[in-house]
Parts: sequence; C-alpha cells; structure tokens
Amino acid sequence: MLGVKRSDLPLDKDAHSRFLPWLIAFMVFLAVLAIGGILVLNATASRWDQGIGGTLTVQVAATEDPAKDQNNLQEVLNVIAATSGIERYLVIEEDRMLSLLEPWLGPDAKADDLPLPKLIDVGLADEATFDLKAFTRQLQLRVPEATVDDHRIWLQRLVNLIRTVELIAISILVFIALATMGTVIFTTRTGLAVHREAIEVLHLIGAQDSYIAGQFAGRAMMLGLKGGIIGLVLGIPALLAVGYLAKSLEDAALPELTFGPVEWAIFAAIPIGVAFLAMTTARSTVLRSLARML
Amino acid sequence: MLDGWRASVALSTLTANAGYGPAALRVYQEPQVPGLSKGNIARFENVGLRYGLGPEVLRDVTFSLDSGSFHFLVGESGAGKSSLLKLMYLALKPSRGLISLFGSDIATTPRVQLPALRRQIGVVFQEFRLLEHLSAFDNVALPLRVAGVKEQDVNRHVTELLEWVGLKDHMKSRPPTLSGGQQQRVSIARAVIARPKLLLADEPTGNVDDRMALRLMHLFEELNRLGTTIVVATHNMALVDGLGYPILRLDDGTLGVVAGSGNKSAAREWRESRESAEQQARAQARARRDRIRDESEDQDADPPGIENFL
Repeated sequence: MLGVKRSDLPLDKDAHSRFLPWLIAFMVFLAVLAIGGILVLNATASRWDQGIGGTLTVQVAATEDPAKDQNNLQEVLNVIAATSGIERYLVIEEDRMLSLLEPWLGPDAKADDLPLPKLIDVGLADEATFDLKAFTRQLQLRVPEATVDDHRIWLQRLVNLIRTVELIAISILVFIALATMGTVIFTTRTGLAVHREAIEVLHLIGAQDSYIAGQFAGRAMMLGLKGGIIGLVLGIPALLAVGYLAKSLEDAALPELTFGPVEWAIFAAIPIGVAFLAMTTARSTVLRSLARML
Repeated sequence: MLDGWRASVALSTLTANAGYGPAALRVYQEPQVPGLSKGNIARFENVGLRYGLGPEVLRDVTFSLDSGSFHFLVGESGAGKSSLLKLMYLALKPSRGLISLFGSDIATTPRVQLPALRRQIGVVFQEFRLLEHLSAFDNVALPLRVAGVKEQDVNRHVTELLEWVGLKDHMKSRPPTLSGGQQQRVSIARAVIARPKLLLADEPTGNVDDRMALRLMHLFEELNRLGTTIVVATHNMALVDGLGYPILRLDDGTLGVVAGSGNKSAAREWRESRESAEQQARAQARARRDRIRDESEDQDADPPGIENFL
C-alpha cells in the first residue's frame, strides 16, 4: 500500500474525506483515555496482587494473663516454624503497633493500658505449597486465641472490581474501534460512488481489484495516521491533566498515573494501529464492492 | 502531398527507431497463448444479452474474429453495437451463449484472471472516458501502470506515443482543456499504448471531420498491420465503404457478417482505392472550407505528428 506513490483517483480532493482525520482524532482521544485507564488499573491490580498477596497476618488475642500470652505467642511461632511454605515471619513489636495505632489513640497511649494482641507478619514462599486450611486448623487447635487474617480474600474482591472496570474500558475501546471502522467504511463507500466512473475505466483497462483497493487503502492509511497523531497529541495532555488532578487530591487509595517506557510505546503505537485499521477496512470495503463487478 | 503510403512508411520507421515497435514492447507484453497466433481472437456463439428483465438487445449473435483481422461494426442507433462491444471488452456478461476471448471461455475464467484478458484489449470509448483529473500523459500511462510497468519505461513509451499522435505540447494538459479531437487522440493513445491484441473502437470518428476520421482509420490500419485485431463500430458508411473491410452488421439485435472474413483481399482493394477515397475526403473538406471561408474551419489544427505520418 505504501508502494502507491501516485494516485490515479483524485481521492485527496474529496470533500467528504476531509472530516475523517478529525473523527479519527476524536476516537483516538477517547482511546488514549481508555487505554490510560486500563494501564493504570492493570498496574494497580498487579501491585496489590504482589504487595500483599504473598503475606498473611496471624493475630494472637491478649488474655488477662501475660504469661499465657507469652506462651501462646511461642506456641504460634512453633506452629509457624513447623509449617512448610513459609518464607519468613516477624513479630510486630509493641512500639510499631503503637505508632500504627497513634492516629486513633493519640500519642499518649501506653502498651500496658491496652490489651494489645500480638501480630505476626508471615511471608509465604510459595502460595501453591502453602495449605492455608491446614495451617489455620493446626493453629486453632494449639492456640484458640490465634486467628489468621488472609489478605487474599478481600484483596481478591478488590482485584475483581478493578478487572471489571478494566473489562468495561476494553469494551469501550472495542466500540471505539468499531466506530472508527464504520466511519472509514462510510467514507470509502462515498469515495467509491464519487469515483465510480474512474474506477470503472481503471477496471476496464485491466486494473486488478487490489490495485484500485490499494489507492483507497493508502489514502485511508494517511488519513488514519493524521487523525491518530492529532488524537494522541490532544489525548496525552488530557490524560496527564487527569493524573495531576488525582494527585492533588492526595488520596493514597487513588492509583498513581505514571507510565514507563512500555506504556509510552503503547501510546505511540495507537496512531499506527489506527492507520492500519483504517487501511485494512478501506481495502476490504473496496474489494467487497469491486467483487460485484464482472 | 502526403499520401497513405508515405504515412505507413514514416510510421513504421518512427516506431522502429523510437522503440515503439514490437521489439521494444516485448518487455511487458503478455505471453503469447500457444496455438493462438493464427486462431480466433474472439468467438461468440449464440450470445444473447438482456438488461434485467427487459427484451433481449442481442440475440443469437455468432461470429469469430481471426487474429489480425479488421472489421467494421455497423447498425442503426440502438441496434446493440455498444452492447456487443461491451461484451467484447468484458464490461458485461452475456445472458446466454458462449464468449471466448484469446482462447479463454469467459464464463469459466476465474474473475481474478479477467484483468489479464482485459489488458490485451484496447478500447476507444465513444465518449472517450478520460480521467479528467489526470494529465494527458497520466491518462495514456494508465494501462502500463496498472500492468505494473516500470515508471522509467512508462515515461519513455508514453512520451513517444504522445509525440507520435501530435500531443507533445499537451502532455501535461488535462482533458477538459483539450479539444474534442485532441481528447480523441489521447483516448486512442491510451487504447494502443500497451499494444493490445484486440482493439475495439466505439464511434472513434464520431466528432471529428472526415479528414481526421480517415487519418484515425489509417492509424488503426497501421496497428492492424502490426498484428492487432481491430473492430471499429461506426455510423460513417462512407468510411466503411471507402475502406472495404468486412462488416459485422447488427440489425435489431441480430448479427450478420458481410463481405466474408479475413481482410487481406479487402485491404488490397482498399489500398488501390485509398488514394481516391482520400482525395474525395480532401475535396469534401475543401468544399466545406470554401463554403465557410471566413470562419476558421480547421480549428483543431492538424498536429505536426499526425501531419508527418498520415
């Protein structure tokens, strides 16, 4: 398609195709936002997955008797040490507990005044070999005061939510692609109608369908590329603006909008992808239409 | 005094020298179909054509064109001349019957192979059908470009041919800025640039004066001499009678062949009578000039190229 340097059809003078780059630019603008969203959500989901997915917390409730508490803790540590699939474990010290609780209890809270439970942060070596049910049962048997907090349950729900939103964003992307194809098909059909006479002459002097289709495809590709670049140039600042606004809210729960080289490569590929989509759509439209000629 | 013989000689000399001869064109010519050199270029058997559910515009048309023949196609307006030509240049499918071109039955030829057949057919359309946004040069170049000829060769051949038809100074002109006669020559140049095996011309002399008509006919004869099979649809009976080639006569959708097939003897006859035919045409033109002396009769001045050859 790129080989067609010279066009036999005056496609570049078609008034009806002048709006095509702008429509494509609008589509690409929306696509940039959707893809930006997908990338951020995807990064967030995998960060959560990795960050807390491989850990769980064992909590040993405090009793009236400090000596029993100490025994219980030792017992729990024994169970942990005997369980396979655990990479590391760490008893959270009281100072750290208090600093975690400070926002709620104030700086004057003392460990002695509160029946603070003991917390053990457990890192799993391999989630596949670790048997959570067996571990929980064993622990309950030995230390009834001990409970296991598996982050994976609520994390899974959060990740599921993110994946759903991601899926919606992907379907939006698909709709954008379909709308772009529809626009290209409409424009190409109009072009076929406008240049019917010239196309018939080309056909009668022995032009292959692919020769004629190539001219439309080459034109659509250029328009697609132009629209894609315009859309990208408008879309990236818009995306960054959204990121800046989100950051100014200072909410740690909001995912951060930073892109690595891979993400930037994806954005850069959008205009190329759109140009390719426009080219193949125009080509197949023309081929289908020409197939009706003898 | 430029007579026909000198024209032929000059033309042959030029084509040989300038490379617009068979040798130069061999580069991109379709390979010869074996056993076809002396056989049928086109064969119609019981061909019928109707548009939609309408009446048959062609009925039981049966004829064949020998390789290297020259035929006139005549008939009243609406007798189906253009329809018959359209069938021959593969713009239409027959409703019934068999059409075979260059040995291929077009009903069973895969669609993807039809362009290769079309490239062996040159068509001079009645209304020229030049692409208005393209220059004369690009219009003439089209058949070579769709055939994938190298741009370098395209340049050479198109320039030569346009010089040859006297449009050297109009190569960059677009058809709307050319006169009717000039457009006609562009259209003929486009039809012959790829050295087709079959040349179909629909009323090629429709809007030129008798003298130009005769010149165009000489051009076709020259091509015919170089091996192209030619069918010219025309209303101009003076031309048909003057040249004496066999006639395909369409009468209300049915075809009759007059004066047998094969043009050799007819051509000889014509050569003998050509001088007088040409003189007659000149005399007519002179008479017309005399009648309207104060008007510039010859607006479409004879191009130098044609003047030299015909």
